[in-house]
Amino acid sequence: MYQITCPHCGPRAQTEFTYERTTDSVVDPAGDAQTAMQALYTRANPMGLDDEIWRHTYGCRAWMVLTRHRVSHEIHAVKAIGPEALP
Amino acid sequence: MKTPYSAFSLLRGALNGQKHWEPAWRDPEPKASYDVIIIGGGGHGLATAYYLAKVHGIRNVAVLEKGWIGGGNVGRNTTLVRSNYRLPQLHNFFEFGLKLWHGLSDDLNYNVMFSPRGAMFLGHNDGDMIKLAERGDAMRCDGIDAELLTPKQIAKIEPLLDLSRTARFPIDGALIQWRAGTARHDAVAWGYARAADALGVDIIQKCEVTGFVKDGNRIIGVETSRGRILAGRTGICVAGHSGHVAGLAGLRLPIESQTLQALVTEGVKPMVQSVVMSQSLHFYISQSDKGGIVMGGDPDNWPSYARRGQPTIKEHAIAQAVTCMPALSRLRMLRTWSGVTDMSFDGSPIIGPSPIDGLYLNAGWCYGGFKATPASGWTYAHTLATGKPHALNAPFSLERFMTGATIDETSVGPFPNHR
Amino acid sequence: MSGPTRVPSGEETIEFTFDGTSYHARQGDTLAAALLANGIGLVGRSFKYHRPRGIMTAGIEEPNALVTVGTGGRAEPNTRATDVFVYPGMVAKSQNRWPSLSFDVASIFGLAAPALGAGFYYKTFFGPAKHWLRYEGFIRRAAGLGNAPTEPDPDNFSQSAGFCDVLVVGAGPAGLKAALDAAEAGKRVWLVEQDAVPGGSLLRDPDPAIDPGAMVERIEALGGKVFLRTTASGYWDHNFLTLSQRLVEPGAVPPHGFAQRLWHVRAGRVVLATGLIERPVPFANNDHPGVMLSQAVRSYVRRWGVVPGKRVVIATNNDDAYLTATALVEAGAEVVALLDARASGPAAPAGVTVYHDARPASVSGRKHALRKVTAVIGGSEQSFDADLIAVSGGFVPVSHLHMQAGGKLEWNVEAQAFIPGSNPQVCETVGSALAPPPAPAVAPAGKAKKSFVDFQNDVSLADIDLAWQEGYRSVEHLKRYTTLGMATDQGKTSNMVALSRLAEKQGVTVPEAGLTTFRPPFTPVTMGLLAGAGARNAGAHVRRIPLHALHEAHDPIWQPLGYWFRPRAYPVNGETLQQAALREARTVRTAAGLSDVSTLGKFEVSGPDAAKLLELVCATTVGKLAVGRGRYTFMCREDGFVNDDGTVWRLAENRYLLTSSTGGADRMAHFMSYVRNSLRPELKCSVVNVQEYYGGIALAGPKARGILAALTGAEPPRHMGYAPGMLAGVPVHVLAASYSGERAFEIHVEASHAAAVWQAIEAATRAEGGAPYGLEAMELLRIEKGHVVVGGEVDGRSTPQDLGLGGMLNKAGGFIGAAGLTRPALSDPNRNNLVGLVSLDGPIPEGGMLIQRAGQSPQGHVTAAARRIIEGGAIALALLQGGHHRHGEELIVTSPTRGEKARVRVTSPHFYDPAGERYRD
Ligand SMILES: Cc1cc2nc3c(=O)[nH]c(=O)nc-3n(C[C@H](O)[C@H](O)[C@H](O)COP(=O)(O)OP(=O)(O)OC[C@H]3O[C@@H](n4cnc5c(N)ncnc54)[C@H](O)[C@@H]3O)c2cc1C
Ligand SMILES: [Zn+2]
Repeated sequence: MYQITCPHCGPRAQTEFTYERTTDSVVDPAGDAQTAMQALYTRANPMGLDDEIWRHTYGCRAWMVLTRHRVSHEIHAVKAIGPEALP
Repeated sequence: MKTPYSAFSLLRGALNGQKHWEPAWRDPEPKASYDVIIIGGGGHGLATAYYLAKVHGIRNVAVLEKGWIGGGNVGRNTTLVRSNYRLPQLHNFFEFGLKLWHGLSDDLNYNVMFSPRGAMFLGHNDGDMIKLAERGDAMRCDGIDAELLTPKQIAKIEPLLDLSRTARFPIDGALIQWRAGTARHDAVAWGYARAADALGVDIIQKCEVTGFVKDGNRIIGVETSRGRILAGRTGICVAGHSGHVAGLAGLRLPIESQTLQALVTEGVKPMVQSVVMSQSLHFYISQSDKGGIVMGGDPDNWPSYARRGQPTIKEHAIAQAVTCMPALSRLRMLRTWSGVTDMSFDGSPIIGPSPIDGLYLNAGWCYGGFKATPASGWTYAHTLATGKPHALNAPFSLERFMTGATIDETSVGPFPNHR
Repeated sequence: MSGPTRVPSGEETIEFTFDGTSYHARQGDTLAAALLANGIGLVGRSFKYHRPRGIMTAGIEEPNALVTVGTGGRAEPNTRATDVFVYPGMVAKSQNRWPSLSFDVASIFGLAAPALGAGFYYKTFFGPAKHWLRYEGFIRRAAGLGNAPTEPDPDNFSQSAGFCDVLVVGAGPAGLKAALDAAEAGKRVWLVEQDAVPGGSLLRDPDPAIDPGAMVERIEALGGKVFLRTTASGYWDHNFLTLSQRLVEPGAVPPHGFAQRLWHVRAGRVVLATGLIERPVPFANNDHPGVMLSQAVRSYVRRWGVVPGKRVVIATNNDDAYLTATALVEAGAEVVALLDARASGPAAPAGVTVYHDARPASVSGRKHALRKVTAVIGGSEQSFDADLIAVSGGFVPVSHLHMQAGGKLEWNVEAQAFIPGSNPQVCETVGSALAPPPAPAVAPAGKAKKSFVDFQNDVSLADIDLAWQEGYRSVEHLKRYTTLGMATDQGKTSNMVALSRLAEKQGVTVPEAGLTTFRPPFTPVTMGLLAGAGARNAGAHVRRIPLHALHEAHDPIWQPLGYWFRPRAYPVNGETLQQAALREARTVRTAAGLSDVSTLGKFEVSGPDAAKLLELVCATTVGKLAVGRGRYTFMCREDGFVNDDGTVWRLAENRYLLTSSTGGADRMAHFMSYVRNSLRPELKCSVVNVQEYYGGIALAGPKARGILAALTGAEPPRHMGYAPGMLAGVPVHVLAASYSGERAFEIHVEASHAAAVWQAIEAATRAEGGAPYGLEAMELLRIEKGHVVVGGEVDGRSTPQDLGLGGMLNKAGGFIGAAGLTRPALSDPNRNNLVGLVSLDGPIPEGGMLIQRAGQSPQGHVTAAARRIIEGGAIALALLQGGHHRHGEELIVTSPTRGEKARVRVTSPHFYDPAGERYRD
C-alpha cells in the first residue's frame, strides 16, 4: 500500500484516496459530442507515467493530480486542483 | 505424432520410469513470416492458434509470448467457469464456451480438470433474489441452466455458510448454475499449447513484441526481441497488456489496466463443494483439488501494471468471506498473487478487427476472461481466418463505444475503477 | 532403545495430548521438542503418497510435522509442530491419516507412485466433465491436510496501525544490534521476532558476549517496542508492512478475548535481520522420520535439551555441521560418521570419524527413527547403523521480505546461494543472510525417485527430471507442473534444491535457470486475523438511521439496504409482510401514512453559481425554479445513461437542496464533488453532503396536508413547493414532494431532533386513522404511480427516453450526459422502454421475462410487480424492447426458475391518477 502526499494533509495511506480518471479523459460538457466520447472512451494506459486525478476522499476530500508511474507506483508529482488551488 | 495421454500409457510408463513422454511442445526458432501471428501466449492466444489450425486449417501460425506461456492471467486466475450472465450477448457467448469446456479435456487429450461443481450466486435480500431470478429466467429462456435455491437447499450443498437469520448478511437464497465450475488453469494453457503444437503451430517463448511493421495503414508484421517477423494477419491477445501493445500500433483503447488479486489458504479436507459468490459482497470462494480455499475479491481500483496488490483489498474480501462462512476463520492464507487485468469501459470484451488493416483485437476481459478461453479462441480464430467477426463476437466490436451499443452487465458505465 | 530422548534436567510440568495420549513438556518447549522428548518421531503423513513423516526442522520452515492444535471453533489445522509452544491442556492431533497415524490406509498411494509422477492427472481421467467430477471427489478427499473447524470461532482478532522510524525484523544477534543502535540514536524502534524469545541463532549457538534479554530491556528502556511471536508477513509499497502477532498460542483460550493482532505499519526504514534457513540434502527416503536438518538437531540439543538420536550420522557440504557434531557429543550421543561431501574440512570433535568425498545415498528406518544410513564414500558404498541423520546442504538467506519489497538478489557461488542485493525501498538486510557459509554444489548420490525435494507435496528429483523431459523447463513451469514449492512451507526448504537440479539439467548456472518470485505472506496468516473479525460483523459495519430505536419499538420487519437497515413493514396482529404492506399502502391511499426516508441522498448547493452547477449535474432545467419551488429531476452519467433521480428545491435565492436515491447516495456524493471541485473549480458555490445531517420523514395521504397544517400551525406548501417551518418546537424543511402519488410531504430535520418530530407526526397521523408505512408499502405505491426507482427501472442501461423522461431533458443541452445521448444506439427505436403491464390472469412474477410465445428469446423483463392497492389485480412495471409503441399488445411473462407465468397486456406505466389530480388540494 503506497503513500500519497496530499498537498493539504501531507503523507497519507493510499487507502484514503480514490482514483477518478486521467486528466486527458476529462469531458467538457460544453464541448462537441465526438470529442467528448473520444475523451471518455479512450486511454493511453501507458506502462509508465500518466497524469491522474485523485481525491483525498477519506481525508480532506480535496482533489489533486498525481503524476504516477504505473509499474513502480512511484509518484513523481502531486498538484492540488480544485477551488483551493485557483490563483 | 505425440504419444497420446491415457491411463494405459501412464501405467506403461510406471514400468519404464515414464521415459516415453516427449516434450509437450517444441521450442522452435521463429520463421521469417507466418500467415497469422498471435501476440500473447495466454489461454486465449493459445486457444486461438489451436482453433485456427483445427477448425480453419491455418497452420502456419506463430504464438509469440514475451515470457513463458501461461505466465499471465491464465496462470493467475481463480478458475471460475460459468455462463450465468444477465445480458444475452454475454450469456450466449459464454454458454457457447461452456459447452466447449465440457468436452475440452477429450478434445485436447489433456485433462484440464474442468469440474462442473456448480456456481452459486448468493442473494442477501429480496431485491437480490429478484435480480437473481431475473438473471436465471433470462438464461433459461435462452436454453442455459439455472436454478433458484432456498436457504434449506443451500445448506445441503454448503452447510458451513452462515444461514442464520441474524447473520450480518442473511442469505435468502441463491441462483446456481450446476454446469458451471472450475478448471485447472495451467492445464488449459498447456493443453491448448500441446494440441496446437501438434497441429504445427509454432509457440515461441521469450519473444516480446516491441513494435509493428507497417505498410501504409496496414500492419504486415511485428518487431520482437527475437527480430522482425512478418504476418498476413496479426492478432493482439495480451490481456492486461492490451493498452500497452495497442499503443505500440498507435491505438488508444477503452481499456485501463488494473491489478486483481487472489489468494489461497492452506489445504484442508473438503469443506466447500461448489463455487460460492456474492455479487453484492464482492467475494467468491471455491476449494481447489489440493484443498486450498481459493478466493478473490475486488480489483485494486486504480490503474496499474504492477503485479503487486494492496493488502487492504484482500483483507476486505476475506472479511466478507469470513462473515458469510465463519469456518474460514482459522484457516490460514498461504499465498497471494496478482494479475494485470484489462478493464474495458463497459465490462465486456472487445473481439474483432481494429481500425488498422491487418490488425485484430482480443482484449478487455476484465476479471472474467478465463471462462471465455474456448469461446474467445474459437471466435477470434474465426475472425482472424475470415477477417470478419463470428455471430457470437459481432456485438463485441470496438465501435460500440462510439455508437453507444455498450454491453454493460454491471451497469457501472465507462468507469473501470468503479466496476 | 533408539530414537529421540530428553537430557535429564529441568522439570516436565506441562501436560498436553497428542492423538489422545497424554504427555508432559517443559516450559518453553515447542510441540516438536516435546514430542521428540517423549520419543515420538512419527508426526504426520505426506500430502500425496501419505508417507510417514517426522520432524525435520526446528522452525517455521517445517514441511512435515503439521498437526491440528486446539478444539472446536479454535482448532487450527496445519499448525507446524515446530512453531507452536506447548501450553497446559494443549490438544494436538496428527492429520491426513485414516484410521491412524501409524496405520494409514491411503499410504497405498505410495505403491502406485511409479504411475503417479509429476502431472499424471493431466494424462488421464478423460471422458465427459461429469466423470472427472466423480474421480475428483476421491482425489479431493485424499488430498487436503487437516480439517477446518465446523463451529464458529469463539475468539476475536484485532487490527492496529503503527508508525516507527526503524522496523527491525528478527531478534537474532544482528537484529538486536541494529535495533539497539537505532534506539540509542533516538529513533522510534520496533523489533519484531516470530519466536517466543529473543536470540535467534544465539538460542542454538550461545555467545557469552551477547545477552539477548538484556538487549531487549535496553531497547525498551529507550522507548523501543519489542514484539515477540510476531511475524512480519507482508512487505508492500512505500515501506508498509503487515505484522501478525500471536497473543496466545494456536488453539489456546485468549484471556482477553483476542487471539491475534494484525499490525499495519508504516516504517521510515526497515532492517531485515532474518538469517538463514538450512538446505536439506536429496537422497533416497530422505523424508523418513529421523532425517533432520543439522542446525535443527543442534537447536533441539542446546535449546531444549532434547537429543533427537543416539547414533547419529551427519552429512554436510559445509563447516557448520561440525558444530552439530560437537553438540551431540557433548550431549552424550554417538556420532557414528560425519560425511563431508568436500575433500577437506575443519577438525572434528574427538571420537568422530570424518569421511570426505562422502554423500548419503539412502536411509531406511522404523516407525519413529532410522535404522540404517547408506553413503557413497569415494566410489564405494558403506552403511552405518544410525537412528538419526543430521543433514546440511548449505544455507539459504531468508530474503522473502527483501524480495516482496522489490529487492534484487545476487548469486554467491561459494555458498551456492542468492543473497539480498539492492532494494528500491528504504530497506537493508543485515546479519548472516548476507554471509552464508561456503557450501559447494554436491551431486545427489541416491536414486532420484525417492529423493524428495518438496517434502509436503511429495515432489522428488525424478519429478523434476520428468517435468524437464516433458518440456516444462522454465522455473515457473517446473513449479506449476510438479507443484513444487506450493505446499504450506512455500518451498522454504525445497526451492534451492530444485533450482540446482533444474540448472544442472539445463547446463546453466543457477541464476541463469531463474528464480520464482516470493509474494506475501512470509508464513501463512490466519484468515480471521486478516478479516479483523469482530467475528460476525467483520464484513461491514452497520449504519443506523437516526430513528432506528423508534422503529425498533414497533418491531418492524427490517430490510438491509446497503449498510443500512430500514423498516420494511410494521406488521400488527400477526400480519404477514404482504398483508402489512397492503394495509399500510391502503392507509396512505385513504388516510395518511408516515415513513422514514432519512437515507435519501441530500446535497445542499449554495452560492451565486449554484444553479449553474445544478444545470450541469441535472439533465432537466433547474435555473428557472422560483424560490420556494422544486421539481423532479434526474442526473445522467457522462455516457448519457440515467444515473440517479430525485428532486431539486430552491430554498433561497442562491441556495438549493438536491435529493437523490439511497442506493446511489455515495456514488452521487463522489460525482457531485468531482463536478464541483475538479471539473468546474471556478464556479462560486459550495456543495455540502447533508445526507446524514438530516433525518427525513415522508407524510403522505389525503389527510397529510391537514395533519401537517395542524402540527406546524401554517398552511403547508403546494405540491412541489418548499417552506421552512417549526414542528414539535424544532425547525424543519417541508418539501411538498410525492412518491406515493398522494398529496405528500418530506419533512427534513436535523438528525438529532428527528425523533421528536417523528413522534409528533406519528401521534397526529394515528389520530387521523393513519399509520407508519415501510419500504414494501412504498414499493406498492410507487409502482402503481409509475415512478421509476434507481436499481430497478433505472438500471444503469436506460436513457431518459427509455424511461419516458425524454420530454423533461434540458433542451439547451450542456448538462453532463448530453454528449453521450447523441450516440445513435441511444435512440434506437428497439431499445428497452418502460411500460406498464396489467395481468390478464394471476400475479406477475417479478424479474420474469417477457415473450410473445414459448421458446422465444426474451424481449424484456419485469422490473417490479405489485397488486393494485384498492382495486386489486396484478400490475407491473417492465422494460420492453420498443415498448413505447407496444401499448395494448398481449404478452407472456415467464419465470422458468420459479415455474410461474402470467398473460399480460402492455399499458402505460402510470396506473394511478395519471393526471395528478390527487396532488391538488
Ligand atoms: C487474480 C485473477 C483472478 C481471475 N479470476 C478469474 C475467474 O475466476 N474466472 C475467469 O473467467 N477469469 C478470471 N480472471 C481473468 C482471466 O484470467 C483473464 O481474463 C484471461 O486469462 C485473459 O486471457 P489470457 O489467458 O489470454 O491472458 P494472459 O494469460 O494474461 O495472456 C496474455 C499473454 O500476453 C503476453 N504478452 C503481453 N505483452 C506481450 C508482448 N508485448 N509480446 C508478447 N507477449 C506479450 C503475456 O506475457 C501473457 O502471457 C482472473 C484474473 C486474475 C488476474
Ligand atoms: Zn488531504
